[in-house]
Amino acid sequence: MTSGGVGKAPAWVDLALVPLVNLVAALIVSGIVVAAVGQSPLQALEVLVTGSFGYGEAIGYTLYYTTNFIFTGLAVAVAFHAGLFNIGGEGQAYIGGLGVGIACLALGGILPFPLIFLVAIAMGAAFGAGWAYIPGWLQAKRGSHVVITTIMFNFIAAALMTYIMVYVLIVPGQQSPESRGFDPSTFLPTAKQMLGWIGIEIAASPLNLSFLVALVAAAAVWVFIWYTHLGYELRVVGKSERAAVYSGISPDRHIILAMAISGGLAGLVGLNEIMGVQHRLLLNFTGGVGFVGIAVALMGRSHPFGICLAALLFGALYQGGSELAFSMPQLSKEMVVVIQGLVILFCGALEHMFRPRLERLFAKPLPAKA
Amino acid sequence: MTAAPALDSAIAPPQGGRWAIEAVDIDKWFGPVHANRDVTLRVAKGSIHGIVGENGAGKSTLMNILYGYHPADRGEIRIDGKTADIRRPSDALALGVGMVHQHFMLVENFSVLENVLLGAEGGALLAEGRGKARAELERLGRDYGLEVDPDAVVEDLPVGIQQRVEILKALYRGAETLILDEPTGVLTPQEADKLFHFLRVLRDQGKTVILITHKLREIMDVTDRVTVMRRGAVVADLLTQNTSKEELAELMVGRKVRLGGDKAPANPGAVVLEVQDLHVNDEQGKPRVRGVSFNVRGGEIVGIAGVSGNGQTELLEALGGIRPAASGRIALKGSEVSTRRPGLTARILRRLGLGHVPEDRHRMGLVAGFAAYENAILGHQDEKQYHRGWLLDRARMVDYCGEWMDAYDVRPGNPLLEALSFSGGNQQKLVVAREMEHTPDLLLVGQPTRGVDIGAIEFIHKRLIAMRDAGKAVLVVSVELDEIMTLSDRILVMFDGRIVGEVSPETATERQLGLMMAGIAEAA
Repeated sequence: MTSGGVGKAPAWVDLALVPLVNLVAALIVSGIVVAAVGQSPLQALEVLVTGSFGYGEAIGYTLYYTTNFIFTGLAVAVAFHAGLFNIGGEGQAYIGGLGVGIACLALGGILPFPLIFLVAIAMGAAFGAGWAYIPGWLQAKRGSHVVITTIMFNFIAAALMTYIMVYVLIVPGQQSPESRGFDPSTFLPTAKQMLGWIGIEIAASPLNLSFLVALVAAAAVWVFIWYTHLGYELRVVGKSERAAVYSGISPDRHIILAMAISGGLAGLVGLNEIMGVQHRLLLNFTGGVGFVGIAVALMGRSHPFGICLAALLFGALYQGGSELAFSMPQLSKEMVVVIQGLVILFCGALEHMFRPRLERLFAKPLPAKA
Repeated sequence: MTAAPALDSAIAPPQGGRWAIEAVDIDKWFGPVHANRDVTLRVAKGSIHGIVGENGAGKSTLMNILYGYHPADRGEIRIDGKTADIRRPSDALALGVGMVHQHFMLVENFSVLENVLLGAEGGALLAEGRGKARAELERLGRDYGLEVDPDAVVEDLPVGIQQRVEILKALYRGAETLILDEPTGVLTPQEADKLFHFLRVLRDQGKTVILITHKLREIMDVTDRVTVMRRGAVVADLLTQNTSKEELAELMVGRKVRLGGDKAPANPGAVVLEVQDLHVNDEQGKPRVRGVSFNVRGGEIVGIAGVSGNGQTELLEALGGIRPAASGRIALKGSEVSTRRPGLTARILRRLGLGHVPEDRHRMGLVAGFAAYENAILGHQDEKQYHRGWLLDRARMVDYCGEWMDAYDVRPGNPLLEALSFSGGNQQKLVVAREMEHTPDLLLVGQPTRGVDIGAIEFIHKRLIAMRDAGKAVLVVSVELDEIMTLSDRILVMFDGRIVGEVSPETATERQLGLMMAGIAEAA
C-alpha cells in the first residue's frame, strides 16, 4: 500500500457543512409542506427568523429555550461518550426540578441568595443524578438496557411528581397541584435585571442567570471529556468495553458515573424553569426538553460547542415556531411541530444521508507512506 | 530495491496446457488507495499456484475481484481462455471458480449435508436435492479422499474437517478452480499437511488451486508456481523449484530480511510470574483453562504453543487481569493478585509492572476512533507524567507518542492520525511501543505478529529479545510454531486447557510439537 489509508474530510465539513446542508434540506421540505397548505414558505421563513431573532424580546425567549436545550443536550452527550443512550433526560430534568424547588422552598428567606443559588444547583444536579443513577446501576450490574429503563423512568418520574404535587406540596385548600410561590430572595436574576446593573437596557424576557450556568456547564463538560483522565476513561468505555477492561477500567463504575453526570446535567433544567421563571413547583414544566436534548446532542455531534449551536437552533425553532402559530393562524400549532420534527428528522435521524457524499467530495488523501 | 526478478517466466505458456485463469492488467483503487496496479496473474490449469505478499500487498483484493466481490477499475479476466464478466460470487461459481475463506462460512448447527446443500437446494422440496447431494458427496469423498460424515453437525467437527466441508461445498458447486485464503491459520502442522495432501490430489485430478498465504514454508512445500506481490503490484512470478524462502522473503519486503535471527543464550534470573493451578472459564462457564501451573523468570522468554482455541486466549486474559479466574493463584513479583474484578485487576497488575500486548489489538489493544497519541497512554491514563495539574497534558502525550513512533518505526509517524487508519503491522508496533516504553517487568504478548508483515515481524522479534536481554520476563502466546521456536527459551505446549509438556526449542522438532499440540504425544 502506498497510501496511509482512506482520507478524511476536513473538520469544517463535519462540523459546519453537513449540519448546514441537513438544515437547508429540512427547511426545503418544510417549505413544501407549508406551500401544500396554501401558505407562502418565504413568508413563513421570514416570520420564523424575525420571530426568533428579530427584536430584543424574541432573542431573550430564544436564549431562554436554548438554556434548557444546552442542559439536556449536554446530558445526552456525556452518556453518549460512554456508549450509553440516555433517553431519560425528561424524567431527570423533572426530578432535578423537584430538587431545585425543595431547596427554594426550604431555604427561601433563610439564607442569602448566593448560598441558595449554590444549594439549588447542588440539589438539582443531585436529584437528576440520583434519578439517572438507578438505570445506570441496573445497566452495569443487571444488564438492563438503559434505553428501556430510562424511558420507563420518565413515566415513573411523571407519576411520582404528580403524587408529590397532589398530595404533598400542594397549597392546602387549592385546586391546582402547585406548591406555594418561592420567597423572592430565591428568584434567579433575569437578563434584564443583570444587564440593568451595568446600565444596559433590554426588553423583558424569561432569560435569566441559568443561561450562564448552561454555558459554564458546557465548558466544564468539554474540559471533563477531553482533558481529564476520567473523561478519557469514559470515552474508552464508550468505544470498547474490552479495551476498557484491558486498560484497567471497571466499566460498571464508569457506566454508573456517566449516567449520574448525565442526569445531573439534565437536572439543572430546573434552575431555568423553576428558579428562573415559574418561582414555584408545578406539573409538566419540562415540556419535552429532555427529548429535544437527544436531537440537540446528535446535531451537535456530542461536542459541547456544537451542542450550544444546536441548542440555539432549537431555541430559535421553539420561539420562532410559536410566533409562526400566532401570526400565521393558518399554520396551526401542529404544523409548527411538523416543521420542528422535520429539522429533528434531517439533523438527527437522517444525519448520514448527505454525510458520506459530502465527506467523499472533500476527502483529501493522506500523505503517502515512505 | 532488489534486482529485477525473472518476470519473463510469467509470460511463458504452461507446458502443453492452458491457463485456467488469467487476470490481465487489473487495476483497482479504493478511494486514495491503489490496491492493485496493473496486476497480471496467469494460473496454469492443473497446478497449485501460490500468491504471497505482506498485508496490504493486494492479494486479497485481487482474489476478491476474481471472485466477484469487487469490480476491477480496469483490466480483463479470462477463464479457460474466454473473457469473463464476473460481477458477483455467483457468476464466479457458474464459471467454476470457488473460494474457501479464512473464516469459514458455515452454518454451525447445520449438518455437513445441509451446509453443502445451502444455496444449491435445486428445488422447492429438499428431499430430492438432499438425495442427490448425498450421492455426490460420497463420490467426491471417493475421488478426492475428502471423506466426511454427511450427517455430522458442523459445530461438533474439528476445524480441519470444517475446512474440508468448505472445500466440498465449492466442489459440489462444480468448482474447477479453488481459491484458498490463508487456509492453514487455524490448523495444526499435521492438519495442514493433510490439507496439502488433498490439494495435491485435487491437482492431480486436473483441478486448479490458488493458495494465498504468508507462510513461505507452505509455498515451498506445496505450490508449483508462486506469484509475489508488493504494494499492489506483482513483483515476481516464479517456478517454486527455482526459488527459495529467502528470495521470496526479500521479494515480498523489498529488502534483505533476517528471519529467525540469532540470540544469545538466556540468562534467567528471579521468578517474576508465578501461576499455580489456574482454572479459567469462558463466558458460558465452560472451563477453558484447567489447572495450569508455571513460572516465568526475568531474562527469559517462555513461549506457549498450541492450536488456537485450547485455552491460551483465556489464560492470557486471566494473567492480564481481564478475565476472572475460577480458582488458582497468580503472583507477580511475589505479590499475589486477586482476579475477581476484571479491570481493577488489570490496573493493579499494571502498577506492579505488567505490560500486555493483547491478542485482539483491534478491540482491546487499541481504541477505535482514538488518535494514536490517545492510544499511546491507554492503561496509563491516570499517571502523573501525562498530567499537568488535574488535566491531561495533550501536548506531552503527542510528544511521547511521536518519540515512540520514531523509535519503533511506526509509519506514518503522525501521532494525530486515528490509530485504526494505520496498517496492521504499524498498529501492532504502536501497541508494542506503548507496552514496552512503560518499562514493565513482565510482558505478556499474545500473537505478537498476527496480521503483521514480515518487516514488522523482524522488528517486533528483535525488540522482544532485547527486553529479555534487559532482564525482563516475557511470556509469548502464539499459534505460529515458527515464531514460538524462534523466540522462546522454553516452550510450553497447551492442549485442551492444560499444559501437556515443556520442551526446549533446541531439541524440539516441529513434528513433535505438532503431535503435542494435537494432544497425541507427551513431551519426550
